Amino acid sequence: MSGVAVTKEIPAPATGDLVVLSNVNKHFGELHVLQNIDLRIARGEVVVVIGPSGGGKSTLCRAINRLETIDSGEIVIDGKPLPAEGRELAALRADVGMVFQSFNLFAHKTVLHNVTLGQVKVRKKEKKAADDRARRLLDRVGVASQAEKYPAQLSGGQQQRVAIARALAMDPKIMLFDEPTSALDPEMINEVLEVMRQLALDGMTMVVVTHEMGFARSAANRVVFMADGRIVEETTPAQFFSDPSSERAKDFLSKILHH
Amino acid sequence: MFDFLKGYDLLAAFWVTVQLTFYSAVGSLIWGTVLAAMRVSPVPLMRGFGTAYVNVVRNIPLTVVIVFTSLGLFQTLGVTLGAADFTTINFRLAVLGLTAYTSSFVCEALRSGINTVPVGQTEAARAIGLNFPQVLRLIVLPQAFRSVVGPLASVLIALTKNTTVAAAIGVAEAAALMRVMIENEAQLILISAIFAFGFICLTLPTGLFLGWVSKKVSVRR
Ligand SMILES: Nc1ncnc2c1ncn2[C@@H]1O[C@H](COP(=O)(O)OP(=O)(O)OP(=O)(O)O)[C@@H](O)[C@H]1O
Ligand SMILES: [Mg+2]
Repeated sequence: MSGVAVTKEIPAPATGDLVVLSNVNKHFGELHVLQNIDLRIARGEVVVVIGPSGGGKSTLCRAINRLETIDSGEIVIDGKPLPAEGRELAALRADVGMVFQSFNLFAHKTVLHNVTLGQVKVRKKEKKAADDRARRLLDRVGVASQAEKYPAQLSGGQQQRVAIARALAMDPKIMLFDEPTSALDPEMINEVLEVMRQLALDGMTMVVVTHEMGFARSAANRVVFMADGRIVEETTPAQFFSDPSSERAKDFLSKILHH
Repeated sequence: MFDFLKGYDLLAAFWVTVQLTFYSAVGSLIWGTVLAAMRVSPVPLMRGFGTAYVNVVRNIPLTVVIVFTSLGLFQTLGVTLGAADFTTINFRLAVLGLTAYTSSFVCEALRSGINTVPVGQTEAARAIGLNFPQVLRLIVLPQAFRSVVGPLASVLIALTKNTTVAAAIGVAEAAALMRVMIENEAQLILISAIFAFGFICLTLPTGLFLGWVSKKVSVRR
């Protein structure tokens, strides 16, 4: 590998790929937002998805846990094709953690309750066990002291860290992050990225849509550059940021570097 | 001045009004919630039923609904709702009619509340693996209810006043007694005032209390 600060070595995939997208297509009316997407994500791998607005990054993320349906192609998670609906789909979603740009914490529930809800209702854990786990997770993301508050009483950075804890509480196989820091004030971005970086170090499989180059360089194994519904380029962060091969990526990078 | 009131059991009549209101309120809250759930459900058949129900029932005059419970359900079809004497049968039929009618308004109030819940709440709930009924019960409805306590209070107040229609099928609630008293006593204005006051005593505290609840439970975003 090149000499950039990669704090994490690319781990040898334990047993094959965790997520495999094959020839995935998706339209919104006339708009072809995902065009023949092929993407494999290995266990423990951290993939950063980057690209211009409207390129289909969110749609890709949302397709992986079927918040968005696809028109054709196949998505396989941990060896199983994505179920269409019902119980199996709910079970799959529990295995795929998702963190949203706008946090989406349950507004009528306390922070603690946000983190215990899925454990109790989906994982069928005892309340006490769920509470303990929630408190440990809240501690891990640095918001243990806020457990009894409501989401609206927290800063954006704190809310997003709670959202990460809420997803982790399900013991997901993979975590999806859709621009987790773009709704945050600049001074709060790092506290969230730090939590994510730690998660990557712990070996979590992650797909992260972000424009945070620092994070991509220090935590990602691979950068996927998406534009106009296609994966235009896939490479290491070092390679991508210093010497992208496609014109589209060069153009995009020159814009985000000089904004 | 109030001597003529002797011989009339006002409290008993208003007690019937309260009971009619209470049972119908509970019934329409439950049935209205079920209807609202149908209207947002992913199953087309349920959605269709919910929509049809609301659009038909809330456009029929309440008097017609109540009279139908008596003429149609009881006298034609023999539905007695498990009661033996006329008083109880009529009371239960009235509760049924009021519930059927009011629930369409509860449903619509609730549905507007559901629309105020940001879609991100539902997505986050689905993303942790909750199924549709759980998403509705644990995330959407609790927030929807909190945002429509005000409108629901209006529905409840309307219901309280609407119970007077039950007199049409012989339920001895407040308005039925008022009619009797107006016929027998030469005190039209005073009697009307007494009954108006009685209804205000029922509805005003309800409105104030629910207004307070509404502020108390509102969801901060
Ligand atoms: N629900 C929807 N209905 C119709 N069009 C949609 C919908 N969601 C997204 N789109 C369109 O699909 C395209 C891809 O959207 P997507 O949100 O995946 O892009 P993105 O890469 O995440 O962009 P951004 O960086 O702005 O978040 C855009 O042109 C968008 O307008
Ligand atoms: Mg997006």
